[in-house]
Amino acid sequence: MTSLPEKTERALGLVIDLDTCVGCHACVVACKGWNTEQYGAPLSDMDAYGAAPEGSFLNRIHTFEVTPDAGPVAVVHFPKSCLHCTDAPCVTVCPTGASYKRVEDGIVLVNESDCIGCGLCAWACPYGAREMDAAEGVMKKCTLCVDRIYNDNLPEEDRVPACVRTCPAGARHFGDLADPESAVSQLVAARDGMDLMPEQGTAPVNKYLPPRPKADQAPDGEIDVLAPLLEPVAEPGGFLGWLDRALGRL
Amino acid sequence: MGQQPRLDTSPPVTDEIRRTSCYMCACRCGINVHMKDGAVRYIEGNRDHPVNRGVLCAKGSAGIMQHLSPARLRAPLRRVGPRGSGQFEEISWDEALKTATDWLKPIRETAPEKLAFFTGRDQSQSFTSWWAQSFGTPNYAAHGGFCSVNMAAAGIYTMGGAFWEFGQPDWERTKLFMLFGVAEDHDSNPIKMGLGRLKARGAKIIGVNPVRSVYNAVADEWVGITPGTDGLFILALVHELMRAGRIDLDYLIRYTNAPFLVNCDPGSEDRGLFLRDDEGRPLVRDRATGRAVLWDTPGIRPDLANGLETGGMAYRPVFQLMAERYLDPAHAPDAVAARCGVPAARIRRIAAELARVAFEEEIVIERPWTDWKGERHAVMRGRPVSFHAMRGISAHSNGFQTCRALHMLQILLGSVETPGGFRFKPPYPKPPEAHPRPHCRTRPGTPLDGPHLGYPMSPDDLALTPEGAPARIDKAFTWENPLSAHGLMHMVISNAHAGDPYRIDTLFLYMANMAWNSSMNTAQVMRMLTDTDETGDYVIPRIIYSDAYASEMVAYADLILPDTTYLERHDCISLLDRPICEAEAAADAIRWPVVEPERPGHAGVRGFQSVLLDLGARLGLPGMVTEDGAPAFADYADYMVHHERRPGVGPLAGWRGAEGESHGRGAPNPRQIERYIENGGFWLAHIPEEAHYFKPWNRAYQDWAVKTGLVDKPAPYVFNLYVEPMRRFQRAAEGLGRHRPPEHLRDRIAQAMDPLPIWYPPFSEDAATDADYPLHALTQRPMAMYHSWGSQNAWLRQIHGRNPLYMHGRLMAEHGLEEGDWAEVTSPHGTITVPVARMDALNPHTVWTWNAIGKRKGAWALSEDAPEAREGFLLNHLIHELLPPKGDGLRWANSDPVTGQAAWYDLRVRIARADPPPEECRPVFPPVASPVGPAPRNVRRGGTE
Repeated sequence: MTSLPEKTERALGLVIDLDTCVGCHACVVACKGWNTEQYGAPLSDMDAYGAAPEGSFLNRIHTFEVTPDAGPVAVVHFPKSCLHCTDAPCVTVCPTGASYKRVEDGIVLVNESDCIGCGLCAWACPYGAREMDAAEGVMKKCTLCVDRIYNDNLPEEDRVPACVRTCPAGARHFGDLADPESAVSQLVAARDGMDLMPEQGTAPVNKYLPPRPKADQAPDGEIDVLAPLLEPVAEPGGFLGWLDRALGRL
Repeated sequence: MGQQPRLDTSPPVTDEIRRTSCYMCACRCGINVHMKDGAVRYIEGNRDHPVNRGVLCAKGSAGIMQHLSPARLRAPLRRVGPRGSGQFEEISWDEALKTATDWLKPIRETAPEKLAFFTGRDQSQSFTSWWAQSFGTPNYAAHGGFCSVNMAAAGIYTMGGAFWEFGQPDWERTKLFMLFGVAEDHDSNPIKMGLGRLKARGAKIIGVNPVRSVYNAVADEWVGITPGTDGLFILALVHELMRAGRIDLDYLIRYTNAPFLVNCDPGSEDRGLFLRDDEGRPLVRDRATGRAVLWDTPGIRPDLANGLETGGMAYRPVFQLMAERYLDPAHAPDAVAARCGVPAARIRRIAAELARVAFEEEIVIERPWTDWKGERHAVMRGRPVSFHAMRGISAHSNGFQTCRALHMLQILLGSVETPGGFRFKPPYPKPPEAHPRPHCRTRPGTPLDGPHLGYPMSPDDLALTPEGAPARIDKAFTWENPLSAHGLMHMVISNAHAGDPYRIDTLFLYMANMAWNSSMNTAQVMRMLTDTDETGDYVIPRIIYSDAYASEMVAYADLILPDTTYLERHDCISLLDRPICEAEAAADAIRWPVVEPERPGHAGVRGFQSVLLDLGARLGLPGMVTEDGAPAFADYADYMVHHERRPGVGPLAGWRGAEGESHGRGAPNPRQIERYIENGGFWLAHIPEEAHYFKPWNRAYQDWAVKTGLVDKPAPYVFNLYVEPMRRFQRAAEGLGRHRPPEHLRDRIAQAMDPLPIWYPPFSEDAATDADYPLHALTQRPMAMYHSWGSQNAWLRQIHGRNPLYMHGRLMAEHGLEEGDWAEVTSPHGTITVPVARMDALNPHTVWTWNAIGKRKGAWALSEDAPEAREGFLLNHLIHELLPPKGDGLRWANSDPVTGQAAWYDLRVRIARADPPPEECRPVFPPVASPVGPAPRNVRRGGTE
């Protein structure tokens, strides 16, 4: 049993825009590439070229269909990684203290040298955001690129998580969600950002911006408003008569 | 809880960053390759690079695993078993090059056309075509014919460029963006970046696609159109806009051939051609005088509404012919709604939205500019609607005309090269007359008489022998497909096998997986490659292939010239080739060996372009040897720096001149590659602000293009709403002119070569097809995987390692299918048995799957029980390069009749539950032997254990 800090100085996390994410997996692979080189043990790929390849990933994309009451079926791409919960059950369940939440920024990490690979934290996480590395036998999870965001060896503009830096559509945002003035907090306020599964009581730091309402879920009766735009050109002389007059006015 | 562990939050990241260009797809983004201890450790996007500005897709980030792939070839290979077995022995480079020289030299000296040299996903086409031209064979092309030539050619003929490499939406200013068809891969990051910018600004995105995946998922509105009907839908939009007068007349009279006068005298031999003066220059009717005057006379008011009579002939403006055609009720939304699968009210609403945004949300930039006639314009006025499309609308037998229709729609709205609309990227705009014509005249021991590929302007330009037979093995530029501007790679093997139009000796392929996912009718192609004649010799006598990896095609070659990975090579992404420019800048780039190719214990690999130069020198090809017969270039890097296509213009535009002082034009600079490396691997030259829009007619742009070496003199032109060169072919079909099509092709030429955009049903469709094969079947390329290359990538194959056939829930219910079931999928050509999965965000009459996930057992260093080989499949087995017999004694090509583009998306199928389900996808092919041995089992940190 490991305890959580009563309060963190900041609450660093991600804001993920589900209206913009095209599901391209760029974040998934950039994360794999960075984190296989940096924090803790490399991310392994078992049976990498075989029948059942199985590697550790700290971020994965799921795709869902949503059937609305009216209009066509919608598709939502849903990237998922550790949400760095304020009340992280993966931390409190840890028998060795390997899982912990940092006091200074709220990032939830696994201290791999204390991790015994028991897997309790993965069971406790309601989001399925932790993965046991099959080669190393330790629990892997999103570190929010703690080895990038403060890293003096990187240019300042690169001190963001690898997934944020690489996202081609700009659907991922990083910042301090405890600061109501931060760009990410403003974005959450403006776009009705939401918690994932709030009923679990985990108080996740990461927020999701929901898809905006689709125009195709409005009935095509909208034509009434736009109909004047398609009013046929006036008589006399029909189209060519109109054309002649219109050219005369140019 | 005790103390938090002490954490080093500033660990060293890298020893060195080497900046080069990605090759994980055709986007060619800039990448930062992080090196540690001399090895590649991490790849990220280059923030300075014009294509990707720092971002990178899944493929790009996974490049390290491609570089370390266990499927990398290691040495030249000579076939020792039967073709197709995959049995090879490794040989030295000297032996390999001597073998190739011994095969090719006699061909060149006697009949150069007996070499067919076709390159696939080649990014050095200006070089490979130069080599082929010097060799003297007419038989050269890259993969455009089975990819998206309809889009490219329709764009060039209509307006001097198309989408992607040719131009892009004005992402910063557009307010309404329509995306047609499957377009996830062309281009990749720029489209995603653009969509992100539109989302951030709240601009509206409409996706028109039978499948609502990826980009269509984030579209504000999705139009789940029936495949092959995009042209019909677009022409209905045109109908509505014209009927309401919601078109930009000022734009049309200034910048298009809408006012050009067409001979409409039914008895005239010149009917359908433009009224021209004695020097052949087109004329228009000036509204001020009613007289015919030169189209580019300053100060005239060209007429669209009235024609004139002269010389006893009646002439009407192009625009009148357009009005007549597109105002016809046959193009009304109500008339096309059912066929398109889009309600008429919705077609009208989209037309109204286009009208509203284009004309009521007009953009005005306070930036004066001068047109080519010398008229000064106080502002730049724009119509903020834009479009993008690629293979989804073009890979149909009506694809060329559909692409034309889309370009016509943009032009009618006045949104091409205006703020908020579509913008060209240098060296485009470039109209058809500024491109070469095709060349095909061969003489033993002599270079070809000019470039292979080009844009025919009349039947005189076809690649026919004096007897009228096809001069090229792929029958490009013949009456079967007159405007086949990219060649027809997908016809090469079947034609060579049939000896039609003639037999060849050596088939030489580069980066083209023709024995698998890049061919229609894959099983038959494998048979053709292995077929023998009555003497037991192979029908295609010799096959040379170059690839970096153990692809399916390797097993079918006699000699393998192994290429490097993209991190081990020199390349130039050249303005002479497929450019990477932006709307406001010219750019080119290089690749350079960030690591040297090492294949310990083997003869090693060499960059294919360097090998071609070596081979060229051994063959004594002009341009590749000095006067005393020595090799003219040490390797491809040497060529990149020292080759000049025209005086002062070479493969790379940056840092020319002895000191690197000039850009665009200048003498070769021996330190040029170093300068590129210092600058992050690319060169960029901004276009002056006054030249940012209206490029074809903007004097400042034209002057800049000359200065930069893109053209040698200003060449303003107008857009071709009416493509007169097409009319010249149509005339021939009517029995006019010197060259006539063969009788059986006349009707088709007359229909397909219509000089104004038309729609006709895909050739695969008729009443019998509708009854027997009621479903459309499509493929899409996943954004995280680029054709076959991706499956050897340990990271990417975990994202896409199998591909079910996706179908609507109602369709599954009709056929008693449930998740996990398998279905037999039957086309007029064959049957495959595959796993199915449900997807309701789909046109209900369409099924689809991911492209090129399925693999042949034994290829790509995957284990034989890999999911790619058991639960991955190709739709290719269902698609024949010929249509089923029609009972007329002829076999018609399954391709567009204008360009010959492979009509992949015309496929029609029926499905049935497979009971009992098979253990793996069918058909099953026997494994090929792997030339690279088994892959390691587990992988960590890029290495193995």
